[in-house]
Amino acid sequence: MNKCTERVYNGLIKENPTFVLMLGMCPTLAVTTSAMNGVGMGLSTTVVLVLSNMLISMLRKVIPDSVRMPAFIVVVASFVTIVQFLLEGFVPSLYDSLGIYIPLIVVNCIILGRAESYASKNPVLPSIFDGIGMGLGFTFGLTCIGIVRELIGTGAIFGAQILPLADTAAGVGGYVPVTIFILPPGAFLVLAFLVAAMNKIRKRAEKKGKKIAEPQGCGADCASCGGCEGKVFPTGNEE
Amino acid sequence: MKELLIIAIGSALVNNVVLSQFLGICPFLGVSKKVETAAGMGGAVVFVITIASFVTGLIYKFILTPLGFEYLQTIVFILIIAALVQFVEMFLKKAMPPLYNALGVYLPLITTNCAVLGVALTNVQKEYTILEGVINGVGTSVGFLIAIVIMAGIREKIEYNDISESFQGTPIVLITACLMAIAFCGFSGLL
Repeated sequence: MNKCTERVYNGLIKENPTFVLMLGMCPTLAVTTSAMNGVGMGLSTTVVLVLSNMLISMLRKVIPDSVRMPAFIVVVASFVTIVQFLLEGFVPSLYDSLGIYIPLIVVNCIILGRAESYASKNPVLPSIFDGIGMGLGFTFGLTCIGIVRELIGTGAIFGAQILPLADTAAGVGGYVPVTIFILPPGAFLVLAFLVAAMNKIRKRAEKKGKKIAEPQGCGADCASCGGCEGKVFPTGNEE
Repeated sequence: MKELLIIAIGSALVNNVVLSQFLGICPFLGVSKKVETAAGMGGAVVFVITIASFVTGLIYKFILTPLGFEYLQTIVFILIIAALVQFVEMFLKKAMPPLYNALGVYLPLITTNCAVLGVALTNVQKEYTILEGVINGVGTSVGFLIAIVIMAGIREKIEYNDISESFQGTPIVLITACLMAIAFCGFSGLL
């Protein structure tokens, strides 16, 4: 398997940011009220991730090590602003439903984490594919959670009614939506069961002698995710 | 006065930053094992968000708006917040050692806490004045403090419970958060 397909496989399956590494939990919980929102958020993040990985990899020999974090942040924030305006102009309905979470892509652990741990150390092409892999992995994760929440919460997937709704007035039996799943508590509940399932899978894999990557993000400890590990600007006291 | 009170209660309880807006989930899950550390983290967040919402409000009103650079808000805000957190840390270390000892370790963790940027952007989006923005910041961060301290209190008790193997660690914390979110839904009738 060559380097590029390996990066895509790595992002989609082996180190899936949502299921395995548990990065970017804020947007994962916030925007997955429907499958469509999940896809929209995932793809926006993918675009930012690919472009910022590309640019940071190109500039990796130009950016001095001591100011790399502010430089990464400026690069990421610029692309986020561009994506924000594109969404506002061309997909206003998605822009409205994602709201404040679009500019907040800047502080998504996945993007700064990949810039720090991959793009700033590797050539351009693998970095682009790393961005594609991680981005699609994130999109896949968000879409799955979105489908579960939308199906249980409204009986629909991507807005298409899958389960016929009950109509008590007409006396027609059918599905009674559990509205709490599209409300904030439902996000925590779905994620709880997802992480529990991943724990089970991880234990089973360990018994067979296989190793699945450990969670890095919020689930483990905030300090371990790329962007929040410490000081952004150099203070002159670094060793 | 009434509007300010509505903003404060709305941001602290009704639209709780963690439990209904999902901002700052990382520290909420990561630093809530003990009530003491949770309170320290919460205190640091109150401190930083209050200052950050004031400074970003000033910069937006007196620099970005007159120059017509509103579209740069995301870039400018995140850099200001990152610089501000480091500046606050250095200042506290020199000027107020007791406060630094209580909050210092948590300050660097706040730089990329999305709640800080979230408040700054919400203030702009809702067209708050600087005073309203600061009140919104205080309310939001107090909401964070309440949520993380309650969570830490519950987690200290959960330690003694017998939880099924798969649900140990993060999953049971998320289920606790789910129940807390349901409780906080009750506040929606408040306003």
